Amino acid sequence: MSNSNMNLKLKVWRQQNANDTGHFEDYRVQASPDMSFLEMFDVLNEQLITEGKDPVAFDHDCREGICGMCSMVINGRPHGPKHGVTTCQLHMRSFSDGDTIVVEPWRSNAFPVIRDLSVNRSSFDRIIAAGGYVSVNTGNAVDANATLIPKEIADEAFEAATCIGCGACVSACKNASAMLFVGAKVTQLALLPQGRAEASKRVVAMVNQMDAEGFGACTNTGACSAECPKQIPLSVIATLNREYIKAKLKGY
Amino acid sequence: MKLFSFLFTSTIGRKWLMGLTGLFLISFLLVHCSVNACIFFNDEGETFNMAAEFMGTNWIIRSMEFVLFGGLLLHIFQGLYLWKFNADARKKRYSVNAGSANSTWYSRSMGILGTLLLLFLVVHLKDFWLTSRFTDVITSGEKTLFQEMKEVFANPLPVVIYVLGCISLCYHLLHGFQSAFQTLGINHKSYTPIIQSTGRLFSIVVSLLFAAMPVAMHLDWIQ
Repeated sequence: MSNSNMNLKLKVWRQQNANDTGHFEDYRVQASPDMSFLEMFDVLNEQLITEGKDPVAFDHDCREGICGMCSMVINGRPHGPKHGVTTCQLHMRSFSDGDTIVVEPWRSNAFPVIRDLSVNRSSFDRIIAAGGYVSVNTGNAVDANATLIPKEIADEAFEAATCIGCGACVSACKNASAMLFVGAKVTQLALLPQGRAEASKRVVAMVNQMDAEGFGACTNTGACSAECPKQIPLSVIATLNREYIKAKLKGY
Repeated sequence: MKLFSFLFTSTIGRKWLMGLTGLFLISFLLVHCSVNACIFFNDEGETFNMAAEFMGTNWIIRSMEFVLFGGLLLHIFQGLYLWKFNADARKKRYSVNAGSANSTWYSRSMGILGTLLLLFLVVHLKDFWLTSRFTDVITSGEKTLFQEMKEVFANPLPVVIYVLGCISLCYHLLHGFQSAFQTLGINHKSYTPIIQSTGRLFSIVVSLLFAAMPVAMHLDWIQ
């Protein structure tokens, strides 16, 4: 790692709990361009602890871009300025010496702030619990060629399945809509024979839960897909719409 | 009716109704624009008056007027509802917004553009629809619809209002045309690019044609 040679000014959202109104606080931090954005926050927190102040609460887990825990809106963009990366995979070399960086939590009624930059995303869990699974155990693996699935379909299902449920889509959407997330889950399961059997029941249950959680409606701006760290395509929302209308017209 | 209640109770149902009514209104625009474009024959409005008379007297077309207003009202009410609903989904706003980094300004401004269109529509309906349908100025033969247009567009103010209306229409359609297909669940790797370019072409051509009408009349290019 090279020497600390970037001087940054941070404006970080501080909020005690969900009921607190919250405010920005200014910090100065020295960081190396090789650090990840979260490592830069670790430096800030060490600094705060040494000064006897409260460290900034922020979510993180794997720090290798696959768990979906990190969630920071950096200068107005979820996961920062780079395409297709999570906050933990964003490096300080994407910024310049002397920059002022504004960091806010995901903002949506359905994601209440727990503390500072950490938000409660259990609304996503409840959507999955409403139907985002195959309810019958499939048992031991059968012969790979017993059920033929064209490569294109398998690829499409896999692409949708790469969603890590981080919530950047909700955060980026001007309507705080969760349709890219729900679309990815519905698409992934509807495309494969194991999930197809319950497709209609699933999509209605998941959309009902999505609406009950207070997420907005999609207006097809495309912001969700543009900011998605896994680059889930907008076509999953069309699939969600199609599956939902088909199910409703069938009387589900 | 319970089968269709989702069109008014769920987010996707409401959006579906927006998409359907949107596409219906687009089909109306095509007819409206084609009929009006008859003024460009520059034959003192002869062809245009003939087409306008057919549209004003044919009972099928007249009955469709009710469907059209029904569709328009549904589109407006669902639109306004969703606008409020979506704004309420994020009570605490961001301090820094970087919307232009991930979407077009007009895709984020459909509510404003639609409201501008609604205001324009009030002026437009008062200018022509009320005159032609609810007074006997046209039916009595006192003057033709073409003459009515010439009179209205002799003033510069309506011309400016109409051109602004057409600009709002253009941006509303630029997003709305392809967005309607996506909402209806039509997204395909070969057809979606065709839908998108057709949408762009339609938005620009129709809006330009509509905008050219008051301008051409005001400048006496059309006699």
